[in-house]
Amino acid sequence: MTGSRQSGAIRMIAALLEARTGQVLSENRMWRLETSLKPLMRANSLRSLEDLVARLADQGGGPLANDVVNALLNNESSFFRDHHVFQMLATQILPHIAQTRKEKSLRIWSAGCSTGQEAYSLAMTLRKQADLWKGWQISILATDISSSVVERAQAGLFSQIDVQRGLAVNDLLRWFEPAGDTWRISQELRHMIDFRVDNLFEPQAPSGSYDLVMCRNVQFYFSAEMRRKVFGCLARHSAPGGYLILGAGETVIGQTIDFTASMQFRGIYERVRPKEDASSVKAA
Amino acid sequence: MKNCLVVDDSKVIRKVARHILESLNISVSEACDGRDALNQCESASHDVVLLDWNMPVMNGMEFLQQLTATKAAASRPKVIFCTTENGLGHIKAALDAGADEYVMKPFDRDTLESKLQIVGVI
Ligand SMILES: C[S@@+](CC[C@H](N)C(=O)[O-])C[C@H]1O[C@@H](n2cnc3c(N)ncnc32)[C@H](O)[C@@H]1O
Repeated sequence: MTGSRQSGAIRMIAALLEARTGQVLSENRMWRLETSLKPLMRANSLRSLEDLVARLADQGGGPLANDVVNALLNNESSFFRDHHVFQMLATQILPHIAQTRKEKSLRIWSAGCSTGQEAYSLAMTLRKQADLWKGWQISILATDISSSVVERAQAGLFSQIDVQRGLAVNDLLRWFEPAGDTWRISQELRHMIDFRVDNLFEPQAPSGSYDLVMCRNVQFYFSAEMRRKVFGCLARHSAPGGYLILGAGETVIGQTIDFTASMQFRGIYERVRPKEDASSVKAA
Repeated sequence: MKNCLVVDDSKVIRKVARHILESLNISVSEACDGRDALNQCESASHDVVLLDWNMPVMNGMEFLQQLTATKAAASRPKVIFCTTENGLGHIKAALDAGADEYVMKPFDRDTLESKLQIVGVI
């Protein structure tokens, strides 16, 4: 009896998560859901998942629902995640953009930025190429649906484990200072990035089009329908020929025709140019 | 196959490091202090040294100073300090002495893997 009541509660919470974020919980993750919610339940003096669901029903969509969603999202990230991707960015893609663009403006979007490591890694990469970007207008937008990770990204405080995973010690020395048990990232980098809470299904933050979009390890738990929706949004906000970088093992193939594998950069996708645009390039 | 010399007076740490390194397809030899490590560096060549700071007989810093005094940068292994000394002063001193990377204990597989990538061993 208790068992089936509990599984009812689990399904309601899973439905809340899916409605808010598009994430579909696998059976496996469903059964671990209580563990993820334990700290939150304790903080709100709730004894069981049924109590939690009852309180959620009482309050409608309030802050508790937000906290539940935040607690269930997988926010794992690290600096320079997938080392070779950042190497390719630094040595090939960014120099290519710098050399081929007419206007000196570079717009980057880190979509599903979690605690900010991806955006900060980009900022460090760009700062190290100061000569390349002299006179350029550079903007980095970083968005995530979870308010708690966005706050952490903005604060720029990282644990000792965070600052070691993927980060070269020279970057640690150059960009961080110790702050108690944690490390604070420099103001210079924080000022380069506009962190916003934003849902990829109802995007408000991105405006116009971006030359480079990173949306890595975000869509893993999305249904096919949700993925199509997200790719639509990424396409709307990508400049013609703009680059899209997905996580290792993620692909656009079979999900969208707006992006195609780059011939030049392995594992990277490019926004397909609208027809007229493509012919004018050929003619030129 | 790349190989790594793990220099630490703690058997447990050596075992943990060995386990992680072998899972990354790196072969491992062990030394229990700096003197032992120097001897091993004389007789064999290594791609990378994972180096503790505080050890009896000869500590990590002394080892590094002797290594850099006797071997040119191109012919010596990459050196990753791996220590409980977490202060900025220690990190800077290690880099000044010629260390390539720095890991603060405790470390995990992901950290070690990323540092090995950064120094170009994997
Ligand atoms: C595993 S993290 C990946 C972080 C970073 N991109 C990386 O690869 O290291 C995935 C992030 O996507 C966010 N996310 C999930 N659904 C989202 C949605 N519908 N809109 C925006 N962000 C979302 C999560 O909150 C989480 O922080």
